[in-house]
Amino acid sequence: MRGLLRGRLGTAAGFALGTVLLLGVAPAVLPVFSLGLLGKFLCFAIVAVGIGLAWGRGGMLTLGQGVFFGLGAYVMAMHMKLADASLFGGSGVPDFMSLYGSGEVPGWWEPFRSPAVTLLAVVLIPGLVALVLGLAIFKRRVKGAYFAILSQALAAAFAVFLIGQQATTGGSNGLSGFRSFFGFDLKDPNNKVMLYLIAAVVLLLSIALARQLMHSRFGELLVAVRDQEERVRFLGYDPATIKTVTYVVAAVLAGIAGALFVPLVGIISPADVGVIPSIAFLIGVAIGGRATLLGPVLGAVGVAAAQSALSSTFPSFWVYFQGLLFVLVIGFMPGGLASLPALLGRRRRLRTAASTPAVPATRVRTPLAAPPEPEQNATMPEEARR
Amino acid sequence: MTMPTLLPDGEPRAGGLRHGRPKYLEVRDLSVSFDGFLAVDNVNLDVIQGDLRFLIGPNGAGKTTVIDAITGLVPATGSVNHTGTEILGRKVHQVARLGVGRTFQTASVFENLSVLQNLDIAAGAGRGPLRLLRRRKTVDAAVEEALEIIGLEGAAGKKAGILAHGQKQWLEIGMLLVQNSDVLLLDEPIAGMSQDERAETGELLRRIAASRITLVIEHDMDFVREFATSVTVLAAGKVLSEGSVAQVQADKKVQDVYLGSSEVEATDA
Amino acid sequence: MELLIGQMFAGLSLGSVLLLAALGLSLTFGQMGVINMAHGEFMMAGAYTAFVVQQVISDAGVSLLVSVPAGFLVGGVLGLVLEAVLLRRMYHRPLDTLLVTFGVALILQQAARDIFGAPSVDVRAPGWLQGNIEVLGAPIPLTRLFILALSLLCLAGLVLLLRATPLGRRIRAVVLNRDLAETSGVSTRRSDQLTFFIGSGLAGVAGVAVTLIGSTSPYLGTNYIVDAFLVVVAGGIGQIKGAVIAAFALGVLQSVFEYSTTASVGKVLILIVIVVFLQLRPQGIFSLKTRSLA
Ligand SMILES: Nc1ncnc2c1ncn2[C@@H]1O[C@H](COP(=O)(O)OP(=O)(O)OP(=O)(O)O)[C@@H](O)[C@H]1O
Ligand SMILES: [Mg+2]
Repeated sequence: MRGLLRGRLGTAAGFALGTVLLLGVAPAVLPVFSLGLLGKFLCFAIVAVGIGLAWGRGGMLTLGQGVFFGLGAYVMAMHMKLADASLFGGSGVPDFMSLYGSGEVPGWWEPFRSPAVTLLAVVLIPGLVALVLGLAIFKRRVKGAYFAILSQALAAAFAVFLIGQQATTGGSNGLSGFRSFFGFDLKDPNNKVMLYLIAAVVLLLSIALARQLMHSRFGELLVAVRDQEERVRFLGYDPATIKTVTYVVAAVLAGIAGALFVPLVGIISPADVGVIPSIAFLIGVAIGGRATLLGPVLGAVGVAAAQSALSSTFPSFWVYFQGLLFVLVIGFMPGGLASLPALLGRRRRLRTAASTPAVPATRVRTPLAAPPEPEQNATMPEEARR
Repeated sequence: MTMPTLLPDGEPRAGGLRHGRPKYLEVRDLSVSFDGFLAVDNVNLDVIQGDLRFLIGPNGAGKTTVIDAITGLVPATGSVNHTGTEILGRKVHQVARLGVGRTFQTASVFENLSVLQNLDIAAGAGRGPLRLLRRRKTVDAAVEEALEIIGLEGAAGKKAGILAHGQKQWLEIGMLLVQNSDVLLLDEPIAGMSQDERAETGELLRRIAASRITLVIEHDMDFVREFATSVTVLAAGKVLSEGSVAQVQADKKVQDVYLGSSEVEATDA
Repeated sequence: MELLIGQMFAGLSLGSVLLLAALGLSLTFGQMGVINMAHGEFMMAGAYTAFVVQQVISDAGVSLLVSVPAGFLVGGVLGLVLEAVLLRRMYHRPLDTLLVTFGVALILQQAARDIFGAPSVDVRAPGWLQGNIEVLGAPIPLTRLFILALSLLCLAGLVLLLRATPLGRRIRAVVLNRDLAETSGVSTRRSDQLTFFIGSGLAGVAGVAVTLIGSTSPYLGTNYIVDAFLVVVAGGIGQIKGAVIAAFALGVLQSVFEYSTTASVGKVLILIVIVVFLQLRPQGIFSLKTRSLA
């Protein structure tokens, strides 16, 4: 297996295998309901791919991905609400607005009647927000810890903001009760399968994108920035640009995932985008191996599956378990499961080709402490090696 | 197309190149103040292409701070002119792009990346976005040559983090070379090296300096005597003396700051 | 006018709570590079301590006076345990401490839900804190004044400890240069533990304080932790003076924004103000100067 995973052929084979599993086997063997559930997990996996890039490779602790997820989701939800209202209600006014609000569609909803604008906005709005925030923070060399805290504060503010706008965003109930997706009836099982397939294809594409970024010179540079941002500056690069680009990519992936989440799950509410869901995105990434390509994907799917299996039957247990995961994985196995082989003492052979950067030392140099000594971290993954 | 080389032939000499229009670094009235403490005090300094200038002085004299100021790391007043271009007041990465490279007192390489990747990144500041987003398929000629010069061909795939201390410093010099800077500022490049390594590094510095503007901070007077073509002495933030090694050593003021007359000699030990 | 003064005082008392919460965060971040997300749950623990104490001592006044030191102790001990079990091995990975302590926060929250139930509980304020006092014609609740006084008292105690005692000198030495302090014979272990104890204890006191202005639920910490972190960011890590200014500024700004717009828009505005402020001072109001490449 290890040998297979190496080299271009291995990569192609891996992709082929993933494609067959996701697009062929899963739809063939799973009932529609489970397929919908899997589709939801895949949305989280798409977010995780972005987090793996930004956090695992770039060292940026993105605690606010729920915001971008939510932006994509709400854009899509607004469009679907408007489309439903014209298709089924005739009035063109979404149901909840007549219930809670003035019964008039606010001006800023109007652009999302257009499918084209909606699709563009799903990508552009999260991208632009990330761009502005990224430039503001990274250009001014605000500390890594500050970035983490600010992105968390953004998630908190976003959720509070949504809750406060009952009449226009559905408040804490969020938006739900969708009946159609770009003209397709959401009750039709065939269309549900189609939604799943779209999510699977998007996931495969985002993995391909992440792989290209990680293995390109950009990816090497990103690791250099993660480990020694200041040193990179003296080589003539502006680390802010590299970080901002990565952050925007992660945000766009989260936005697209949010947009797919809405038709698959049928609801988006502030509970899906706030501080806690935003951090929760990270744990799967950490378990799988934050600096690897596939680790975040597998980890996110695994955690989401565990959550949906356990959290409704044993809600209290699930929270303890989730808390423990954070403590144990981040505290004692920062490289995630991908580092297990190395942790178990298997020595990896040194290869002449580019080797994969080890688990990031996600350290911020506080100006108060002397520079930390280099960390001896577990080493990394197979799939990312050539 | 003939291959440009990182080390054209030639020897450095005091005063720099005698032909053509040599490049230069002209530092005028450079001052750095830390909350009122003048760490660098009206420093004037000229280094010409082809000269191997050493910057010496007691601990805390402000040597590192001079380099920090030139490279944009700390705010400073005055002027630093690189062959017609003012570089003071620019951002660190902009100064680097104008051809000013430096190393650090404590070797700082990217420990999680391979030696090859370290050099490749150093060589690549000029790459456009499209080249950046592609995978590295070939090794730049300059990187290849640098690997050979610093004697790390065999270790190209090794993580920089596991290199020996001296090797890391060589890697830094290699990065400086492929960075294609015409101004090289090296902060104690031989600290912690063995005698043999020092000699080798010294030879390397001479070959490098023959075609570049080179300023090396160093404490080891033996080393300075052997390899410097000219020397500037800094003490308490001020330039105390400048000239050949012999001239500087004979300077009464220099002997005084080095605590008594023979202290310059004594630092050899 | 009266309304404005009323809002000002609401802001000041919010600021006092934020200050009590932020002081500990700022100290532990500055000294050990630990970003403690469980700090909010230490507040919650303080609040529930007040609740429990009141079950035992029914006189609201006495129970409040007992609750303050008890809350300090409970918060402090929780902090000590967290430091000893988890964080001491993670000082060089600040961002990871954030995530680990988030896990701890989840666990503590769930524990509170399991012990005290999800619905919120109330702590009675003593009779002598009920009612208002007139300030420039505006009625100011006595509870708010009490909170303000309590936080100023804690602040004074902390400053005194840091400035005037050998213990405090050692802590400051470690903050400035951990390695040097260690080689000079300062036991960094001891001062780390002490800092953690005091910082977490202050969070416990903050928890007791908020029982006077609201009810106590397992989510109490979540409501304050993000704002407390923003205070640390704006004030500068490890900077007590900065934390004081930032806490009161944020508290007042928040209640002014909420008053002039809505609570939900207010939060967004606060965040924008902070991001803009960081454009001017990326390190916060105050910052320590060192030479490290950062
Ligand atoms: N960021 C800073 N803040 C305050 N003072 C500083 C800072 N950087 C340097 N200094 C002070 O400036 C003076 C010059 O320091 P510098 O490091 O330039 O000396 P140096 O000549 O390189 O010494 P050495 O030979 O020991 O490396 C010293 O007194 C130092 O303490
Ligand atoms: Mg120095």
